[in-house]
Amino acid sequence: MLTRTLLLGAVSALAVASFAASASSAETLTIATVNNGDMVRMQKLTDDFTKKNPDIKLEWVTLEENVLRQRVTTDIATKGGQYDIMTIGTYEVPIWAKQGWLLPLDGLAKDYNKDDLLPAIRDAVSVDGKLYASPFYGESAMVMYRKDLAEKAGVTIPEKPTWDQIADAAKKMTDKSTETYGICLRGKAGWGENMALLTATANSFGARWFDEKWHPQFDQPEWKQALKFYVDLMKEAGPPGASSNGFNENLALFQTGKCGIWIDATVAASFVTNPKESKVADKVGYALFPTGGVENHGNWLWAWNLGVPAGTKKAAAAQKFISWATDKAYTELVASKEGWANVPPGTRSSLYANPEYQKAAPFAKITLDAMTAANTSKPTIKPVPYTGGQFVAIPEFQGLGTAVGQQFSAALAGSMTVDQALQGAQALTTREMTKGGYIK
Amino acid sequence: MARSTTTRSKVIFTVIGWTIGFLIFFPILWTFLTSFKTEGTAIATPPQFLFFDWTLENYHEVQSRSNYFKHFSNSVVISVGSTLIGLALAIPAAWAMAFSPTKRTKDILMWMLSTKMMPSVGVLVPLYLIFRDWGLLDTRIGLVGVLTLINLPIIVWMLYTYFKEIPGEILEAARMDGASLMKEIVYVLTPMAVPGIASTMLLNIILAWNEAFWTLNLTTSNAAPLTQFIASYSSPEGLFWAKLSAASTMAIAPILIMGWFSQKQLVRGLTFGAVK
Repeated sequence: MLTRTLLLGAVSALAVASFAASASSAETLTIATVNNGDMVRMQKLTDDFTKKNPDIKLEWVTLEENVLRQRVTTDIATKGGQYDIMTIGTYEVPIWAKQGWLLPLDGLAKDYNKDDLLPAIRDAVSVDGKLYASPFYGESAMVMYRKDLAEKAGVTIPEKPTWDQIADAAKKMTDKSTETYGICLRGKAGWGENMALLTATANSFGARWFDEKWHPQFDQPEWKQALKFYVDLMKEAGPPGASSNGFNENLALFQTGKCGIWIDATVAASFVTNPKESKVADKVGYALFPTGGVENHGNWLWAWNLGVPAGTKKAAAAQKFISWATDKAYTELVASKEGWANVPPGTRSSLYANPEYQKAAPFAKITLDAMTAANTSKPTIKPVPYTGGQFVAIPEFQGLGTAVGQQFSAALAGSMTVDQALQGAQALTTREMTKGGYIK
Repeated sequence: MARSTTTRSKVIFTVIGWTIGFLIFFPILWTFLTSFKTEGTAIATPPQFLFFDWTLENYHEVQSRSNYFKHFSNSVVISVGSTLIGLALAIPAAWAMAFSPTKRTKDILMWMLSTKMMPSVGVLVPLYLIFRDWGLLDTRIGLVGVLTLINLPIIVWMLYTYFKEIPGEILEAARMDGASLMKEIVYVLTPMAVPGIASTMLLNIILAWNEAFWTLNLTTSNAAPLTQFIASYSSPEGLFWAKLSAASTMAIAPILIMGWFSQKQLVRGLTFGAVK
């Protein structure tokens, strides 16, 4: 009796499932995106788009960054066709475009104005002069510091600081008795976490990941200088447990007043100056990413972009949406509803020329300077065979970057010396690059 | 004297029991408490335990941004559906292995379990291609199928262990009285194994409810269960713990409540075996 009931139950469950799954409509765009403030805002504003395009419906799939990356990579590599628009980073765009996984965006609206895009960002999402994704918001990295603490400590941070000036200021601002730490930097292992900061830092010391023949360079003095500087500085003036701090942990520390200096993505400026969340909103000063002996401001450049996978059957509608979400009119729409401070930054020159934006965002000028200074095709002063600023744009980098990041995080935690970490990084990178066929 | 020792040991055991219980429950309690904090207090050091400004803002935000009931009903269909089909397949299989074992039964059981030893991601691409070609991507029926197959080894193993404890003689007696095979399973074996079957069922519903690899990778929106609902509230740039906690609390609440109501069966099935 029970078995029969169970079977019956199972069959009816299946029937319900298949019935429910068969309902779907023709022109629905499925959009995969990450849960960042600017994307959430876009989701809330989509009524404006569907009003103008009543024949297109939008279905949002928001995922955590790493889940999203795994999910869309599987789909695009197998041409699964589950998404019509994907939110992807500047790391993926060139790699995927070369694989033929992305459609070139040649059907964008007439008033899209490609020439208005910041040149560095436009180059990062173009292959052979063709746009393969449209930037939604972009960022570089910069120094954010507490003006009040700097004054109290009697230090000034110039607009173009060197690492020595930063270290000196950080040490003077540190007061461990009140849990005030001079500097907060990323320490959590990951290619997009500590390695973003450390690759940019190494760039500013003149180090490089690979020489022209793809031989890893962690055994060179520049890397040792950069890593030793970072570990020593963090030990002296950083918060405890820094090896597990990423963007969000440092954000929390900075906005509760526990950090003197925070060097991170420019997008952080809009968080720390938001008086609703931040205790230090009116006390933040800005400077360019520091240099370490060579004239290179880190070369950090990132953007979240909207791209159309080759597997979609709705390419025309998808480009219509992308035009809406990334053109100049969208920034005006956001400004009219939520104010200029909430406009997605870092993609268009016109935004930085807008006096209203300059007034609402005191960090606008330095953000623009940082983004224009970045040059992803020449990330460091020595010649390299790769592109990318705070990352190396090869498919192996996700795995490699995270493995090297674990070594460097261990060095910061003190369970390994700087030399051991560099040796470990050199060995594992050499092994992977040989296996990948880069080193002949 | 003897009496006081007993009282004392009772007190000690009670304290130990409550401590362990509290430790195990603490992460869930903490998630629950965090869901009522603001993003700023959620990440504050030192952590604030009870005395903060309680707010329902996160629940409001989560409600307005996602369709909870769509994800919830997907989770119910997927977990209950896969468990029921799994049981329908596993009861006969476990019966055969428990009551008419052969030389190879142990090997077969081991082989079934060995399918659980491979990391799921290793078969992601092949399975994704099959799903794509059969049109099963983002369908509940596809997920029910995958989760049935994934949990089947565990269901068979659990049932096999319960069935093993039922004396074969009882079944033989039924057979002597002229019961057919079907009747033997339905009227004799199953009623005796109800606690075992019930706990297997509950455990598998929980496993399927919590499964977060296949449910995330094979769904997009139509069939996406609560795992995806949670995954949409973690953010690389911006504080998210309070909203994530609110989403998690909403996602685990149904299964937690089900667990509370059925804990008698669950404990009985997991500790005492089938015939007691």
